[in-house]
Amino acid sequence: MKARVTITLKNGVLDPQGKAIHHALEVLGFGGVNDVRAGKMIELDLADGTTDAEIEDMCRKLLANTVIENFRIERI
Amino acid sequence: MKTAVIVFPGSNCDRDLAVAFEQATGQAPHMVWHQETSLPDGIDLIGVPGGFSYGDYLRSGAMAAQSPVMRAVSDAAADGRYVLGICNGFQVLTESGLLPGALMRNAGISFVCRDVKLTVANTQSAFTNLYDAGEEISIPVAHHDGNYFADIATLDRLEGEGRVAFRYAEEVNGSARNIAGILNEGGNVLGMMPHPERCSEDAHGRLDGKRIFDALAKSA
Repeated sequence: MKARVTITLKNGVLDPQGKAIHHALEVLGFGGVNDVRAGKMIELDLADGTTDAEIEDMCRKLLANTVIENFRIERI
Repeated sequence: MKTAVIVFPGSNCDRDLAVAFEQATGQAPHMVWHQETSLPDGIDLIGVPGGFSYGDYLRSGAMAAQSPVMRAVSDAAADGRYVLGICNGFQVLTESGLLPGALMRNAGISFVCRDVKLTVANTQSAFTNLYDAGEEISIPVAHHDGNYFADIATLDRLEGEGRVAFRYAEEVNGSARNIAGILNEGGNVLGMMPHPERCSEDAHGRLDGKRIFDALAKSA
């Protein structure tokens, strides 16, 4: 059983990495990009029966820093 | 005064910090490996050094904050012992919840490695009481993730309670309200991005960082 955790910066938190990517896209001539936000994706291979609450606990304790980041869990 | 310096895989300022502690206290610190579950008895001051613990994997300081020794450091902090986190050490302290907020990628993306001007915002703490109020000093920084972030309520509380220890007196990394170092509620934990251990002996060319170590040495 696998789960995918997507971690993104909270709205309003400055994302210098996203800004740099945005700038690079413009330099490459891609118009019409309004904004870029960078995040990370972590794939977990889990023992059968791992509960949503346990995965959420992993996110809160380590995978995401909830001061600045949001996380989303999907089972895949 | 008995001191300890925590060593994580990837720490690289641990020995510089040990020298600064020894010069101030006259006693070599205990070097404590991250896998230890306890600190030597009677430690008054714990240093969490700069570097790149665990290669900055996941987030700077995130893995180190979960290492066994940090539980002992948290207990010691709760017990009123002094904890000084410098650079990566500051990141470890925010990630472990000993200090509020987070240290994000520098606003200008670049790694910043140079002397920066700071103002001492709190001259009452056990760490900063040898500085004069509003004094401007110069201490080197060397970091990629020094952009201090906290929500507005936390920033207001830090300022209202006099817990901002140092502010950048110039633009460095985009830190909220130019914060370079903060204290915990009890005033016994300080996290700061600049490296005082790199300007604390004559051979460094400047002594602006030395007074932090001297202040701590006289307080215990």
